Amino acid sequence: MLELKQLYQGFRDPTTIANLSKQIAQQAAKVDGDIRIMEVCGGHTHTIMKYGLNQLLPDNIDFIHGPGCPVCIMPKERIDHAIAMASQDNVILVTLGDMIRVPGSKGTLAQCRADGRDIRPIYDPLDTIKIAQDNPDKTVVFFAIGFETSTPMTAVLIEQAEKLAINNLYFHINHVLVPPAIDAVMADPKVKVNAFIGPSHVSVIQGSEIYRPAVDKYGTPVVVSGFEPVDVMESILRITTQKAANVAELDNQYSRAVTPEGNLAAKAIIDKYLCIRPEFRWRGLGPIPNSALMLREAFSHRDAELHFASILPTEEIEDHKACQCGDILRGLCKPKDCKVFGRGCSPESPMGSCMVSSEGACNAYYRYGGIND
Amino acid sequence: MTESKRKKQIQLSHGGGGKEMNKLIKELFFKAFDNPILKSEEDAARLELKGPTAFTTDSFTVAPLFFAGGDIGKLAIAGTVNDLAMMAARPEYLSCSFIIEEGFELDKLKTIVHSMASEMEKSGAKIVCGDTKVVPKGCADGIFINTSGVGEILQDGISIKNIQAGDAIIVSRDIGRHGAAILMAREGLTLESDLTSDCATLWPIVDELINAQIPLHAMRDATRGGISAVLNEWAVGSDVEITVDEAKLPVADEVKGLCELYGFEPLDLANEGTFVIALPQEYANKAVELIKLHQTAHSGFIGEQAAIIGTVATERAGKVILKTPWGSSRYLDLPQGELLPRIC
Repeated sequence: MLELKQLYQGFRDPTTIANLSKQIAQQAAKVDGDIRIMEVCGGHTHTIMKYGLNQLLPDNIDFIHGPGCPVCIMPKERIDHAIAMASQDNVILVTLGDMIRVPGSKGTLAQCRADGRDIRPIYDPLDTIKIAQDNPDKTVVFFAIGFETSTPMTAVLIEQAEKLAINNLYFHINHVLVPPAIDAVMADPKVKVNAFIGPSHVSVIQGSEIYRPAVDKYGTPVVVSGFEPVDVMESILRITTQKAANVAELDNQYSRAVTPEGNLAAKAIIDKYLCIRPEFRWRGLGPIPNSALMLREAFSHRDAELHFASILPTEEIEDHKACQCGDILRGLCKPKDCKVFGRGCSPESPMGSCMVSSEGACNAYYRYGGIND
Repeated sequence: MTESKRKKQIQLSHGGGGKEMNKLIKELFFKAFDNPILKSEEDAARLELKGPTAFTTDSFTVAPLFFAGGDIGKLAIAGTVNDLAMMAARPEYLSCSFIIEEGFELDKLKTIVHSMASEMEKSGAKIVCGDTKVVPKGCADGIFINTSGVGEILQDGISIKNIQAGDAIIVSRDIGRHGAAILMAREGLTLESDLTSDCATLWPIVDELINAQIPLHAMRDATRGGISAVLNEWAVGSDVEITVDEAKLPVADEVKGLCELYGFEPLDLANEGTFVIALPQEYANKAVELIKLHQTAHSGFIGEQAAIIGTVATERAGKVILKTPWGSSRYLDLPQGELLPRIC
């Protein structure tokens, strides 16, 4: 029988990591100037900080932690939506893990639950079907979050709800997209990013080709990478090798799971139920056109934003002025440059987006960082 | 359904102070917890204590009540007895309060009570006073148990303030089993595994360490918050730096697998029969050998055995540092946020 550990052991092998570190240093020595890599996905930020990979790299390689944490980029007004819906009588609000800790303008879903409201964090979105079936006299809202990775699961849930005619299940869609976020970061002329580590799971669904436009437009290498330490180190080596040869190409280190075109079945089901939202406001980055999804009109009868329109707050809520998450997400400063980092802003009471989830850059620095300072 | 076929349930009258309550106490509790002090039926137990005494209390609200490797009854005894043992105190007298939800199955209560009685045999502790309340349906989740305990301290100086530079850090067995077992049993996670909780009474092994005259500086059972919480409390409490070598941490494959799937850290998961020791480096190997001998002799022991996992220094006082197998390091912080439902 295949054991789980066999799947990851090789990707955490100390000798392999040491060898990769050596090769990266050799290649980096051939590069003039700095290699400033944005790892778009929060999972990679977490890998780099948790395993201390930044300590194994030469001085001219620096990381800029990108906007790829779906919980972190959720603007406060969307969380206020969730709380407003959950605060209605006879409503059950269902959402994924971390979301219940994230503060909106008036507290978190966890606090709302403590006030007696029915809020259920789940691991598997399809559990929502049973919740809706078991509570036919209640309105069940699935508060859908996540990048392209978790979108297919929402689409399958919508399909099941339609097929089984579960009429008390509504959707509040907050699915966001990676490529427009990359464009939004690069649009700032002050941004000095000159290479990207492409997300793992997003690419499993969407395929590596979605980053081709970024390679062409910005002339930067993009290497799609797995989540394990060896994956990330190998991807950094591939970036550094490209830099040493002065080329910019799309490359796929995570070829054991990612194809150029992605998971076609998943893409088809997403397309069946969801379409591009004209604009979505990202916490820390502001409004980005075409950067999120919404329900197709044919399924508007399941749209919680329409069903609850009369009670959903419309005010846009900014983070505290002292919070520098926007600059951190663009790589213009590091978490420790922020005046409130670790003082007014901590994982227990986050002021800004990057401190919120364990995948956020400030959160990762707070938990693991600072050891060499 | 006829009365005889119905499963017998606890009713509000069982906590009412009358006939039904008397029957429950005499026929179930007195029989299982049998000892003269309890049976004297005075308003309070009369105890003879000598010398420095440790006193502790804990409430148990675990869900589910029955899990792989134990149940709430075993936990309620082991938990309080272990708190005494961690102060090198021999567990002597316990109190026990039940808060039972109306409608709770009598058979389940019996199983729990017998599990408590058999767990007490491992340390020799006795329940000498108790209380039973029954609350209306919906006011409790099945059953809650509180136990308190006292015991004579046999080795002085064991304290979170007594960890010294040069000390070794030992963990008594593989970590994170209880948290992982509860998580597996949790509704909504459909996982199958042979994993069992580490739930156990630690007094016998602590007694052996004391008898072997090992100068223990600090001991703590790594319950909620796991090893991370213990080490952080120690680093702050004694104003020292604790460095842990990740490669030396004993972790069962099942626990590792669960952590991989759900993004948890074995170091953050709760234990109910695993403890951490700080002691002078020169006694570390002897202590590990003693614990291993004890584990090997115990036929029921499943898992990986004791190991030296770290060292104590003064440089970055108040911090716990985790060294990775490839030479980098990071701070090991306290676990945060909501990890699990009630687990103890």
